[in-house]
Amino acid sequence: MKANIWVMLKPTVLDPQGQAIQHALASFGYRSVKDVRQGKFFVMELNGLSREEAEKQVERISREVLANPVIEQFRFEIVD
Amino acid sequence: MKFGVVVFPGSNCDHDAHHAVGAVLGHQVEFIWHQSENLDGFDAVILPGGFSYGDYLRTGAIARFSPVMRSVERFAHRGGLVLGICNGFQILLEAGLLPGAMLRNRGLRFICRDVWIRVESTDTPFTLAAEPGQVLRVPIAHSDGNYTAEPETLRELERNDQIVFRYTTADGREDAAANPNGSMENIAGIVNRERNVLGMMPHPERAVETIMGSTDGLVVFRSMVQSLLRHAQATA
Repeated sequence: MKANIWVMLKPTVLDPQGQAIQHALASFGYRSVKDVRQGKFFVMELNGLSREEAEKQVERISREVLANPVIEQFRFEIVD
Repeated sequence: MKFGVVVFPGSNCDHDAHHAVGAVLGHQVEFIWHQSENLDGFDAVILPGGFSYGDYLRTGAIARFSPVMRSVERFAHRGGLVLGICNGFQILLEAGLLPGAMLRNRGLRFICRDVWIRVESTDTPFTLAAEPGQVLRVPIAHSDGNYTAEPETLRELERNDQIVFRYTTADGREDAAANPNGSMENIAGIVNRERNVLGMMPHPERAVETIMGSTDGLVVFRSMVQSLLRHAQATA
């Protein structure tokens, strides 16, 4: 079983790196790109858990470790 | 009186902090390896600057899970003095011992230069030897010092006099140009509600001898010493 986890800065938090990428894209000619937000993507192999247990555990891991709830939010999917 | 300096894999200001307390101020100081789970006998603990665990995941995020951090948490809850400098501040935020979080610097650069910070509160064990409003010249050296917090957290910090240092001009004026990294409200250092845990991005341990260009950082360590002496007298 696998978990895919996305961690992004909250929409209310300024993302200077995303902004720099957007500016770079604009100066490279991609003027249709209005905003860029940069985040993190994790792929996790899971062993010996039911789907329900996996969801619980990945939720906890994301909340306690992978994301900092002060500035970030996350979502995940469990893939068989 | 005994100080401890925690050494994480990737700490690189541990010797500077040790030097400031031991060689410069002449107090007993020992390194504490991050695997250690025992802080018995220490009166103050310093989490030094550096790049613990290579800043992987987020600054301070992995160090927070070091065995020593469980003891630091217990130590803090018992009222022990904890000073987090730069990466140490980031670790304290990740551990939840201080509120808020760090973002990448506004200008995206690693900034290494002297800045001026104003002492906003002398009602802490880390600043009691300073004058209110005193401006200190100390270096910063970080990529992630852009302090951020929820509006309610900021209001609470303000209300409880927990903002200890702000970036200012040399003459103590708080303006946008004096803010090196985009920190909310020019915040350079904060203390917890109980006032025994301080986190600051600037490096006081790098400003403790004339040859370093400034001795303004001494006031932080002298304050800690005075506070511990007072405490020892009060309980004697």
